[in-house]
Amino acid sequence: MSSAGIEFAELKWRCRRGMLELDILLNTYLEKHRETMSQHQRAVFSEMLEYPDQVLLDLLLSNMRSSKAEINSLITEIQRAQVSTASET
Amino acid sequence: MPDLPRRQFDSLIIGAGGGGLRAALQLSNAEASVAVVSKVFPTRSHTVAAQGGMNAALANVLPDNWHWHMFDTVKGSDYLGDQDAIEYMCRAAPQAVYELEHFGVPFSRMDNGTIYQRPFGGQSQNFGGDQAARTCAAADRTGHAILHSLYQQNIRAKTHFFDEYFAVDLLKDQQGYVLGALAFDIHNGEPVVIEAKTTLLATGGAGQIFRTTTNALINTGDGMSMALRAGVPLQDMEFFQFHPTGIAGRGMLITEGARGEGGYLINADGERMMERYAPKAKDLASRDVVSRAIATEVREGRGCGPNKDHVMLKLDHLGEDVIQKRLPGIRQTCITFLGIDPAETPIPIFPTAHYTMGGIPTNRHGQVVVPVKDTPEEPVPGLYAAGECACVSVHGANRLGGNSLLDIVVFGRAAANHIIEYLADNRYHRRLDAGSLESALQRVQRWDSKPTGDGESIAVLRDELKAVMENHCSVFRNEDVLTEGVAKVEQLVERFKYARIDDSSAVFNTARVEALELENLFGVALATIHSAHARKESRGAHSRIDYTERDDMNWMRHSLYSLETGMDYKPVRTKPISVESFPPKARVY
Repeated sequence: MSSAGIEFAELKWRCRRGMLELDILLNTYLEKHRETMSQHQRAVFSEMLEYPDQVLLDLLLSNMRSSKAEINSLITEIQRAQVSTASET
Repeated sequence: MPDLPRRQFDSLIIGAGGGGLRAALQLSNAEASVAVVSKVFPTRSHTVAAQGGMNAALANVLPDNWHWHMFDTVKGSDYLGDQDAIEYMCRAAPQAVYELEHFGVPFSRMDNGTIYQRPFGGQSQNFGGDQAARTCAAADRTGHAILHSLYQQNIRAKTHFFDEYFAVDLLKDQQGYVLGALAFDIHNGEPVVIEAKTTLLATGGAGQIFRTTTNALINTGDGMSMALRAGVPLQDMEFFQFHPTGIAGRGMLITEGARGEGGYLINADGERMMERYAPKAKDLASRDVVSRAIATEVREGRGCGPNKDHVMLKLDHLGEDVIQKRLPGIRQTCITFLGIDPAETPIPIFPTAHYTMGGIPTNRHGQVVVPVKDTPEEPVPGLYAAGECACVSVHGANRLGGNSLLDIVVFGRAAANHIIEYLADNRYHRRLDAGSLESALQRVQRWDSKPTGDGESIAVLRDELKAVMENHCSVFRNEDVLTEGVAKVEQLVERFKYARIDDSSAVFNTARVEALELENLFGVALATIHSAHARKESRGAHSRIDYTERDDMNWMRHSLYSLETGMDYKPVRTKPISVESFPPKARVY
């Protein structure tokens, strides 16, 4: 597997969480953007995955905001990816 | 014997949710060397999703005692729970809560400083009297608080963690002692033999056998299937708890509060369908009635959407102000996951699988027990199980809210206490059987070869299995539907023998993990649908349209399904430890 492929596989595994809600949101985004994410975007995504599950859920359900602007932008992108996928199905 | 890296511990724990971590902490504090194997980072275990709380008769809000809690649990189980285990759990509950508090769980408090307790369904004072308030909670994130506190305590106690390792199979010797497991590092695919004098399975539930489930993707019944392959039957697998109102195609719950506020279900014709099924209670009928009504509408062609596979929950008539004020969480969930605002658009709904009451049979010490000749419960030496993957059985045919977190903590601790005694009597490692290791290794190596032929993909087979289980073994069960379902699952098992994956690399080969998980799902699905097909009565969560009544004369017994011999049964333990039995009565609330 290529190094990009390995990095993607690792990110995908780290999207396996304790809550179904997070599984759905994170995997939907990653599958949708796997080909187009830049190195920097992958790094921000990886940083976001460090949050505990409950915090991540609160961020993704807009119950709280991160102190980092890049994370907040990514959260918005993940929400958009979910909504656009839902409207497609 | 294959030459593989080996590690030795006193005790191996597979699964790092609340049950596994509670056991690990007890063992590490007792100076045992403990390894915990988890396929995800421990604080990402499914315990984190448990929001409700944990039952214990503390009597902080209303009068209470453990004996009332025991009565409610026996009744809730529809008299299939083992009363010795239930007594043990209810007596141990207050101590279990105080221990968690000392480990750092921030339980919500009352003004006088004692732990706050909320009322839940199925709780009563004085053996079926007034509502009790028995559930201790850390706001709405009790599971999260328990999991993080236990993980931190384990780090302090120097428990050894194999994070992101996948446990493949149990290892044994020729006398049948369980001596650890074969696992591999998901990062690089390297196998490792973890030898242990005792092994505790704590891998959680198996909701992923169904298409619509509240369970996370990790809940693939790995420990249950490992036990099955090791010759241990699974118990009471036909009892799976469903919630009527999951988001169709997603699985997340829409709480009953939505209907309590005036929401109602409609079919494709726009008909308020529950008026036909429950003319009085309508949309507030019991969960099983609402679930079956939804499934019936879909089966009879009145489902909504292009595939006619769901009904709709209508809330828009309540008005935006009411929805925002009383149901803000539901509104946010719908906006985030569906891109719809329930103040304007109905929500697509289908019953969602929530909790596995059945599992690996254990006694109240956490020892895995199997029938041997005329003995229904002979311990398997060295093997233990706790939590949702186990069947003690304290939940019987139906689990009460607030009893699952209690179960994992009480029986994780009980199993560890028994392991400590076992270790005192079994001080040396026994020699592994080479055949046991070879067969475990072959299960992994099957997926290492380059793909050949045109075998089907894992994703296709998994989706098909989940659809078959949903259509044939969820809330709409009768002889014809189940018979057809058994045949379909068995055909899928045959097709799986020729499945392929496209990735044969060693590093982060998640395709291989998913293939092994699917094999585990097949084991659990076989046990579930065979057990459901065999049980000709309705009891608790197992509701059959062709056998609508509970039949204590013929069916007050535990089901056992094994891969080798199919169905078997054993008696319910109706004798508690120190009090009188609760004889079966109609379960009326």
